Amino acid sequence: MSDLVLPGLLDDLAVIRQDFPILERMLAGGQPLVYLDSANTSQKPQVVIDAMVDHLERHNANIARAMHQLGAEATEAFEAGRDKVAAFLGAPSRDEVIFTKNASEALNLVANVLAWPNASGGAPFQVGEGDDVVITEMEHHSNIVPWQLLTQRTGANLKWFGLTDGGELDLSNIDSLITETTKVVAFTWVSNMLGTINPVAELTRRAHAVGALVVVDASQAAPQLAIDLAAMAPEERPDFVVFTGHKVVGPTGIGVLWGRGDLLEQLPPFLGGGEMIATVTMEKSTYAGIPHRFEAGTPPIVEAVGLGAAVDYLGHVGLDRIHAHEQAITAYALEGLQTIKGLKVMGPLDAAKRGGAISFELEGVHPHDIAQVLDSRGIAVRAGHHCAKPAHARFGVQASTRMSSYLYTTPAEIDALIEGLEYTRSYFKLG
Amino acid sequence: MDLDALYQDIILDHYKNPHGKGLREEFEAEVHHVNPTCGDEITLRVHVEDGRVADVSYDSQGCSISQASASVLYDLVHGKTVDEAMEIHAKFQELMQGKGQVEPDEDVLEDGIAFAGVAKFPARVKCALLSWMAWKDATVQSIGQAAAGGQTEEKA
Repeated sequence: MSDLVLPGLLDDLAVIRQDFPILERMLAGGQPLVYLDSANTSQKPQVVIDAMVDHLERHNANIARAMHQLGAEATEAFEAGRDKVAAFLGAPSRDEVIFTKNASEALNLVANVLAWPNASGGAPFQVGEGDDVVITEMEHHSNIVPWQLLTQRTGANLKWFGLTDGGELDLSNIDSLITETTKVVAFTWVSNMLGTINPVAELTRRAHAVGALVVVDASQAAPQLAIDLAAMAPEERPDFVVFTGHKVVGPTGIGVLWGRGDLLEQLPPFLGGGEMIATVTMEKSTYAGIPHRFEAGTPPIVEAVGLGAAVDYLGHVGLDRIHAHEQAITAYALEGLQTIKGLKVMGPLDAAKRGGAISFELEGVHPHDIAQVLDSRGIAVRAGHHCAKPAHARFGVQASTRMSSYLYTTPAEIDALIEGLEYTRSYFKLG
Repeated sequence: MDLDALYQDIILDHYKNPHGKGLREEFEAEVHHVNPTCGDEITLRVHVEDGRVADVSYDSQGCSISQASASVLYDLVHGKTVDEAMEIHAKFQELMQGKGQVEPDEDVLEDGIAFAGVAKFPARVKCALLSWMAWKDATVQSIGQAAAGGQTEEKA
């Protein structure tokens, strides 16, 4: 395998790889790990692991309620995580960053609070009978099911954008989909299956023109695209952006909801419990200000410390450099994959229009069998519906194989994948 | 990892030329089972006549293991009495859930012994069991229909 140098590739790739101890892992049969499943979860750099271990070894306490030194240190570390995430997103205010369990919980939080009037009885954003919620056919299940639940419970209508054959959003009927009755438009920034990068600014502008709220799932975007919310024109800035910690080289167990501050302040609480209150009597409660109003109970403390270290790390490498690297690897992979007989890539074929996840079909071999053969060679990919069954159904397939790269992926690993796929074809005796 | 232990020739043969595949009209119960984590699906019908599994017909989508397993299921249970077939089911399930420690009985499981290797791959066990669980479900329903009476007439 050659150590090819591609334009856009991180010039310090070898150094970066040394930051990720797991990349040294040897697998069964003495095979080195070729990790091409980063859209599923990313690997963790030593600095994230160390930050979490150090916190647990030296600073562990509950936050915002412990009247002792460790409590103060833990609170400071947790809130520093919030500051780092706010900087990572370019959030206009740190108080707009809410920690959740994951991106799914962040989306469910938004879908839930839109079902109810707020604490003072007003309901400026409440979704009700006859209102429309608009999503797309390329969403992860986590950006479909919460909206199904919301519309089913409130009598609202669920509508969606279809997809073109090329795997992009079909915007031809945007005028009939986004109308005066539209209350919410929710869509993914980057598709986890097709890789497609969606026109966030354009869709947001159209939704805002009719007074709808915009919810963007940035789970696949945050790892690889620079996000600067404050720099966006207000009419093009989404009202909510969610992502998950574990895909941005951070830990599992923590996700992020960023929401427009004035909006969050008007929405009713989600989960009730400790930390989200101002005062409680047996009859009723009043609630804390944002962000704490939406963080009931002991939050993921060490996870926030780890996530802070993770986004610091990405910022240190540089999101623009990471994006260029992903594009270089993606272009190289698209080129290689298309040399394989019977292989069909799903989604855009132009690397500039997509993120670093590439799903494909290989005629004559089921994705599980492909993944199994690749695994025997140390190559980790994902096989199945990738929690995007409707998007698979749109293209008439039940399952696909997905390779996904990240800042530590090398061209040599793509070569290993291509060789592994050729081997898979020969193993299953395809001509 | 020993790939050949998983993909025995018997399995690949059944995958390429599945036995008994296709949905047929005589049946008392039809079930649809899915593997929610990977999306494999099977629609399976069972026809029970005079205490025997007269037919098992199915339409399925999925990996080589799940497809071959349905084919082997068909071979092993059709024509057997329901009791015999349930015993074979129990033996197959025991083999699949035995983490590779169960020695299969070729007299009972025939081509099914090829799945002994699958039991060593935890992620694939549910692929192998998909059609078998569907068959058990449908067979129990078929017997229930028969007990309720009048199952043969309504199939005309």
